[in-house]
Amino acid sequence: MYEKDGEKYFVVDGHVHFWDGSPENQANIHGKQFIDCFYGYHSALSPEEYLWPEEKFQKYSEEDMMHDLFEIGYVDKAIFQPTYLKDFYVNGFNTTEQDAVLKEKYPDKFILNGSFDPRSGEQGLEYLEELTNRYSLKGVKLYTAEWNGQSKGWSLKDEWAKRHLEKCEELGIKNIHVHKGPTITPLNKDAFDVADVDEAASLFPNLNFIVEHIGLPRLEDFCWIAVQEPNVYAGMAVAMPFMHTRPKYFARIMGELLYWLDEDRILFASDYAIWQPKWLVEKFVDFQIPEEMDEYDQLTPDIKRKVLGLNAARLYDLEVPSEIPQPEAVAAGSEDTYPEAPVR
Amino acid sequence: MKPTEAAVLDALSGVRDPELDEPITDLKFVADLQVADDEVDVRLRLPTPFCAPNFAYLMVADAKAAVLSVPGVERARIILDDHHASPEINAGMAQERGFEGTFPGDTEGESLEELRTIFRRKAFVARQERLCRELLAAGRSAKELARMRLEEVPASETKEKYLSRREELGLDTCPEAPLVVDPDGNPVPEGAVVDHLRFARLTRLSIEGNAGMCRGLLATRYGIPDPEEATA
Repeated sequence: MYEKDGEKYFVVDGHVHFWDGSPENQANIHGKQFIDCFYGYHSALSPEEYLWPEEKFQKYSEEDMMHDLFEIGYVDKAIFQPTYLKDFYVNGFNTTEQDAVLKEKYPDKFILNGSFDPRSGEQGLEYLEELTNRYSLKGVKLYTAEWNGQSKGWSLKDEWAKRHLEKCEELGIKNIHVHKGPTITPLNKDAFDVADVDEAASLFPNLNFIVEHIGLPRLEDFCWIAVQEPNVYAGMAVAMPFMHTRPKYFARIMGELLYWLDEDRILFASDYAIWQPKWLVEKFVDFQIPEEMDEYDQLTPDIKRKVLGLNAARLYDLEVPSEIPQPEAVAAGSEDTYPEAPVR
Repeated sequence: MKPTEAAVLDALSGVRDPELDEPITDLKFVADLQVADDEVDVRLRLPTPFCAPNFAYLMVADAKAAVLSVPGVERARIILDDHHASPEINAGMAQERGFEGTFPGDTEGESLEELRTIFRRKAFVARQERLCRELLAAGRSAKELARMRLEEVPASETKEKYLSRREELGLDTCPEAPLVVDPDGNPVPEGAVVDHLRFARLTRLSIEGNAGMCRGLLATRYGIPDPEEATA
C-alpha cells in the first residue's frame, strides 16, 4: 500500500523474479550473456542509489526480495513470472518450482504463475496439469523466444501452443502473460513480432493476454492488436523505468496507451530484480504528462490506482482493502475508427 | 589512390540500423576502424549480446558493402564484437556465405530484404509524421496537409530525410506529388489524415524510443556517455 497526498494506492507488482543467474548456475556463454543483458538494463535505467553490484544482481537472497518488495517497496501482492531458460542455466533461471519455495513460505504475498513450452507436446500438457494441481495456478508466463535444443523460439500460432491454451482454459488458468523478446527463429522475421498474440486472443476470448513490455519496441503493433482484441492487456514491465531516464518517452507511451486502449488494461510491474518497485511506485504516483503534450489526457489518481493495482486485482480476483477507492471501469475501447493497419 | 579514414567513415555513415533508422556512426556502433593501404578493418558493437541477429547481420553486410564502395579499398573485413551470434556472422561474412548460408535452417519464407522493407516502410511513416508535425506546429491545418504537394513544403533537414526514405521505397518524389501518402504511395484522403498521422505517431514513438533505449544500453555496456533524451 502506498499513500501520498491523501490518496491511497493498492499495489500489485505484476512481474517479479527470484532468479539464479550466478556463474555456478550458468550452463554456457549464453547464460552469462543473458544475465549480463539484464544487468545492462538494470544499470542503464535505474537511479544511481538503486544500482546493485553485479554479483548481488546475479543471485540475490530471499531477504533482499522480501525487503525490497514488501518492507520498503509498497507492494501488496507480487506476481511471479517464471523464465525457465533451461538451455542457458543448469537448474533453470527462474522456474515455477523455484518461485514456489517463496510462495509457500509467504502465501499471502505472492501469486505464483506457471509456464508451458508447446515444443514439449503431450508431456508439456501433462506438466501444465501437474503444476496447476500442485499450485492452483491462475496464470502462466510464456517466453516465445526461449531456446530449446535446435529451436530458437516458438509462436502462439503453433498447433501445440493452441493445444496448451485450450488446456489452460480447461484448468482455469485465465491469464496468459506473453513476453515478446529478442532471438526468435526464423531469423528473417521480426524478432519482436506480436502478431501471434492477435490470433491467439481472437481464438481464446475467455483468456486474458497480457503482453509483457507492451510489445516494445513495436508499440504500434501492440496497440493495433489491443484496440481490436478487448482481452489484450499492457504489461508495463521494462516500460516503467523510462520515467527516470526518458520521462518524455514514458509520458508519450502512457498517453498513447490511454488513447488506444483504456485505463483498465494497463498493469504496473517492476520486473524485479531488474528494477525496484519502491522508486517506480513513488515516481509513478508523482508522474504527470507534461502540459505541452496537450494531445494527451492528464493522469488522475484514479487512473494511477487502476494501473498500480486495481486492474491486476480484477484479473487475479484479489481482495482490495475497503479503504482504497475503486473507480468504475470505463467502457472498453476508446476509439473505433482506425485508418490503416500498422506498417508491415 | 589510398583510401582515407574520413572517406571510410563517411561511407559508413550511410549505413543505418534498419530498426532505429539512424546511421551506425551516430549510434556509436563503430568501435574501431583501421585503414592500411587498400585494406580496411572495422569492428562493430551493439547495445546487447541479444540484439536481433538478423538486423546485426544486415548492418555487418551493409557496412562491408559501404566500405568496399570507397575508391581504393580492395579488401574490407567487418567484425561484429560481443554478440551471441558473432561467431556465425563473422565466419559467414568472411566466407561470403550470405544470410541463409550463415544461418542454415534458421531462416524460411521471405528473404531478409523483405524484413528490411518492413522497417523501411516504418521509417518512412515515422519521417512523414515528423515532417507533418513540424508543418502543423508552423500553423498548417491537417486539411492543408492533405492537399499539399512536395514542392510546397519548405526545405529542411526533416524534409530531406523524409524524401530519402520515400525514394528508398520507390515512391514518387517529384515536386507535384502529394505530401501525405501511405507506404504504398496512395494519397491519404483529406478526412483520414488526422487518424493516419495519429497512428504514424505511434510508429515514430516506437522507433525513437527504441533508439533512445539502445543508446542508453550501449553507453552502459561500453562506458561511454549516455546522450540526453531527444524525443520531444
